[in-house]
Amino acid sequence: MQSSLQGSFLKKVNTYKTGVLFVLPFLVLYVIFVLAPIVVAMYLSLTDYNLFEAPSFVGLTNYQLLFMDDDVFITAVSNTAVFAVISGPIGLIASFLFAWIINKAPMSKFFSLLFYAPSLTSAIAMSVVWMYFFSPDRYGLINNVLFNLGIINEPILWNTDPDTILLVIIIISIWLNMGSGFMVFLAGLKNTSQELQEAGQIDGIGNALQELIYIILPQIRPQILFGIINGVVNAFGVFDIALVVAGLPSPDYAGHTIVAHLYDYAFIRYEMGYASAISVVLFLFTFGIGQIAMKLLSSKE
Amino acid sequence: MSVEKGLRIRLRDGKIGRVTFGKVIGFLLLSAVAAFMALPLVYVVTTALKPLNELFYFPPRFFVEQPTLKNFQDLFLALDGLDVPFTRSVFNSVFVTVVVVVLVIIITCMAAYGLVKHKVPCGNLIFSLILMGMMFSPYVIQIPNYLIVNGLGMVDSYWALIIPKIAVAYNLFLVRQFVQQIPDPFLEAARIDGAGEMHIFFKIVIPSLKPVIATLAVFSFVNNWNDYFTPLIFIQDEALKTLPLAMQMISSGNSIARAGAASAATFIMVLPTVLIYVLMQKHVVDSMAHSGIK
Repeated sequence: MQSSLQGSFLKKVNTYKTGVLFVLPFLVLYVIFVLAPIVVAMYLSLTDYNLFEAPSFVGLTNYQLLFMDDDVFITAVSNTAVFAVISGPIGLIASFLFAWIINKAPMSKFFSLLFYAPSLTSAIAMSVVWMYFFSPDRYGLINNVLFNLGIINEPILWNTDPDTILLVIIIISIWLNMGSGFMVFLAGLKNTSQELQEAGQIDGIGNALQELIYIILPQIRPQILFGIINGVVNAFGVFDIALVVAGLPSPDYAGHTIVAHLYDYAFIRYEMGYASAISVVLFLFTFGIGQIAMKLLSSKE
Repeated sequence: MSVEKGLRIRLRDGKIGRVTFGKVIGFLLLSAVAAFMALPLVYVVTTALKPLNELFYFPPRFFVEQPTLKNFQDLFLALDGLDVPFTRSVFNSVFVTVVVVVLVIIITCMAAYGLVKHKVPCGNLIFSLILMGMMFSPYVIQIPNYLIVNGLGMVDSYWALIIPKIAVAYNLFLVRQFVQQIPDPFLEAARIDGAGEMHIFFKIVIPSLKPVIATLAVFSFVNNWNDYFTPLIFIQDEALKTLPLAMQMISSGNSIARAGAASAATFIMVLPTVLIYVLMQKHVVDSMAHSGIK
């Protein structure tokens, strides 16, 4: 009895051994640095923890403070939401539209390089450029052009006026992030079936718009789903653009985002419990929207 | 009968195409948008080559009139006020990025091969956990990550910038789709010939994954080269700071001499990522077709 149990165990070990050994390095790192941290963040969000003393359990107090008493957090959530609602759909639609056009256009390789290149850079790397483009005086490129065209008489205070800070962040973010969605769409479009398109033409599809809606979009649904999830994760993680444009804290907190708030409490004030509550809220936002997108667009019923 | 509009031309694939007025307008519009997209990057190049007096022209000019390499000289030789020479930051960035890229490729391909071509307990569960990892912002896990890295004694060392960055959900998701396309009989034949698993992995699996490995290399290079947040929280030691932190220090200094150095530093930060992408462009476009979520 025992030996047969041992035998089947050994058999199991043998069937799984190679696979497990190949997966193990990745899995260990993934568990330690991705999965466990989510659980730890959830636990810490229920505590008061300053790194120096052991965390003490406080229940849902952090969440209560976050939503009831922390006006700056509410500002951060609303800035992030406005940012996501504007830059997300614009970025997604623009990246699809340009992929669709460039896929058919002459010199498509050259154009796709130009459209993808911005996403190879970063907000920090390009900070010198933004300072020149959006400089709040007459030296700034955009102000200078607007002056010369006679549109403005006073320089627009792009990165210091609370009314324009978010707009600047949105513009830079679309420029910076459009490329990854663009590339996924472009690759998806290259693989759409030519036969389906020809069949569609025989069945009476007359113009490019009909072809787009009835033939092409259904075929690249997986890419659209990926684009949405990627876009949501990016949009809710906006931080370094805001930092470069408006600093931390920004004037009137006009460029304050959820991640900026998280960074402030975690790595400047060392209130790790409170900051963890912020990261759990961030997790619920992105994961929740991701799940909804999956439900709506995934082909697996 | 419809009237054919426009000029008839022969396309490269032998079909007859027509150049219509609409298409020309469309092409011009596309070119205009593309030029607009390229503007910030063109500015990176022109301003890196500007002599100091041109940097402070009024009204400011976009293009350079008398290009010079003086800014690069200042950056590498004479940048005072920085505790650590700029070359050290360049080395830190190159070292960390290259090590991460190599480890990402090996460990991700191994995991994908193990998951797809071998039996692994709870394989499906593992895969859905990977998929889940693609659905939240990496900022969510920064605090526990900090505590873990701190607990392992890796703060203020290269390890802090390397070890936590290796297992990325998206990478495994992408490579998995390519391992699935390797035909099983191919691997079986090698096994019958007596090849060990390591041999099969390095001599058969890795070579057949070349396009997606090129893509992986581009993505992890770009992400880690540009990564600002990780060194921001893990590195206090000036000698270990990577380019994004050095960049920020150079461009936050207000002295006039810094302006030239900052523009040269920007050029040096942007160039490698664009170069790597241009070298691998074909592979990236091909393998991105598999990054949709079904």
